[in-house]
Amino acid sequence: MINSSRYWVQRSTATSRLGAVLGIMLLAVLISVPYWGGRAEMRLLVEVFYILALAQLWNLLAGYGGLVSVGQQAFLGFGGYMLFVFSIHVGVGAVWTIPLAGILGALISLPVAFLVFRLRGHYFAIGTWVVAEVFMLIFAQIIALGGGSGASLPVSVVRSIASSRSVREATIYWVALAVVVAVIVVIYLLLRSRHGLALTAIRDSEEASRSLGVDNFRAKLMVYIFAAFGTAAIGALIFLTKLRISPAAAFDINWTTTVIFIVVIGGIGTIEGPIIGTIIYFLLREPLADYGSWYLILLGSTAVLIMLKAPQGIWGLISERFELRFFPVQRQLRWTVNDD
Amino acid sequence: MSLLEVNNLDAFYGDFQALFGINLAIEEGEAVAIIGANGAGKSTFLRSVSGLVTNTADAINYRGMDISHRAASDIVGQGIAMVPEGRKLFPSLSVEENLLIGGYSQRAGAWNLERIYGMFPILKERRDVAGTALSGGEQQMTAIGRALMANPELILFDELSLGLAPIVINDIYESLPTIKQEGVTLLLVEQDINKALEVADRVYCFQEGRVSLTGVPRNLTKDSIAAAYFGSDK
Repeated sequence: MINSSRYWVQRSTATSRLGAVLGIMLLAVLISVPYWGGRAEMRLLVEVFYILALAQLWNLLAGYGGLVSVGQQAFLGFGGYMLFVFSIHVGVGAVWTIPLAGILGALISLPVAFLVFRLRGHYFAIGTWVVAEVFMLIFAQIIALGGGSGASLPVSVVRSIASSRSVREATIYWVALAVVVAVIVVIYLLLRSRHGLALTAIRDSEEASRSLGVDNFRAKLMVYIFAAFGTAAIGALIFLTKLRISPAAAFDINWTTTVIFIVVIGGIGTIEGPIIGTIIYFLLREPLADYGSWYLILLGSTAVLIMLKAPQGIWGLISERFELRFFPVQRQLRWTVNDD
Repeated sequence: MSLLEVNNLDAFYGDFQALFGINLAIEEGEAVAIIGANGAGKSTFLRSVSGLVTNTADAINYRGMDISHRAASDIVGQGIAMVPEGRKLFPSLSVEENLLIGGYSQRAGAWNLERIYGMFPILKERRDVAGTALSGGEQQMTAIGRALMANPELILFDELSLGLAPIVINDIYESLPTIKQEGVTLLLVEQDINKALEVADRVYCFQEGRVSLTGVPRNLTKDSIAAAYFGSDK
């Protein structure tokens, strides 16, 4: 017989405190990389950072907000183009275009939300993709931004970050690290706030949360705008590392499919999941990237296998097995069985 | 001016009409019960008031303001909270978090965690327990506490006694006079006629989506209630 008094909900765990200590140590090591790391490692880490940040945002959107968007590349590409518009045509410092792109991305997400929020489920997913394609077609029409063939960042803009190449690369590295840390910290705090409580309540029951004064529409809209803000800012960062932009590269759906792959294999609806997923993605990609389409087939099969065999993702398996929680935002139901 | 005034309210689920021209008024500080058999439209009525069912225009007035077309989330902010049928606690949230989410609308008032725990001390002991792991009675206390956390002026109780043991029902009903003394107006929907008549100042009986009887409990005879409850031809 199971006695109900032996159940409890737990949030802070010994692992989470250990996680905080390890996290700070890892952060210290990552901050110091430009002083001892090689150029190739730094470039790879920058990519890891922005992909992880994108994955966290998509996880918030789909895993917590229930908004399965396959069109986040609309905001990513938009942010990338804002880097070129403001650094070339307005003269804003290249690094400062990152938060600026975020703010403009959040603004542009309002009319987009007005359109796509009328759609539900699969139609929402398709709607977001269509919007991204429309963004691509629009930016391909703008001659001042290179039209369909795109544009390069002038040397003067690149030099304005810092005159020496090593300082420039270190700056971009630290900015990318700051972006991913900020994204994770903000999402963590958001999920622990009363709005996080409301998002969890909506996930449990839309009607019950509505009848308690939670505005489900507004809660989801807030998540959507925040994800657009972050994704557009990251878009500016990505194209600052690439120095060249074109509509096809900026609004490529692969940005979103990569991130979906990461979140699904890592574990949706947790903060740890996208971290694990990002690590697995890069571990698979580095040795396999030379195999062309076989690499993509392998990625696809991995995702299918995980979806069938472990729908909570790798992190779901690990945390279940070893009872680990590094970011305890979810409340766990625990119990012991009473034999008497 | 009545606190809640309902005029000629019709309610529909698709093509199916569940309520026909309901007229009902509640004064501030009253305890009013709606009794009636299964399917009489009692719960639909509460869901209409709380904005979960779309209503005919101008049918529901709260403090003289038409709230017929307001969103459910907005109505809580106006001071109407509901204890839903079947409690509907959030399984992913602890007892305390279930209570805290009740205060989401951040309406000012005297109710807070401490006072809820004062009224239901068992909930304080179980504050970290998952809401759905509680006994039925404790779940009902949590649901009442969650509604009170919204600091309502009017609280709607949908089938408080449903699925609970008689002794537990007594415990739950004992909290109602306390809530009423705090100036909260009560509207109960109840199948347990005796319990409803004990606490109510006035009673409405619903039958097949219409008001079949209304009055003060002590003036109603058993026969008149039975006729209104089951229909006169039975």
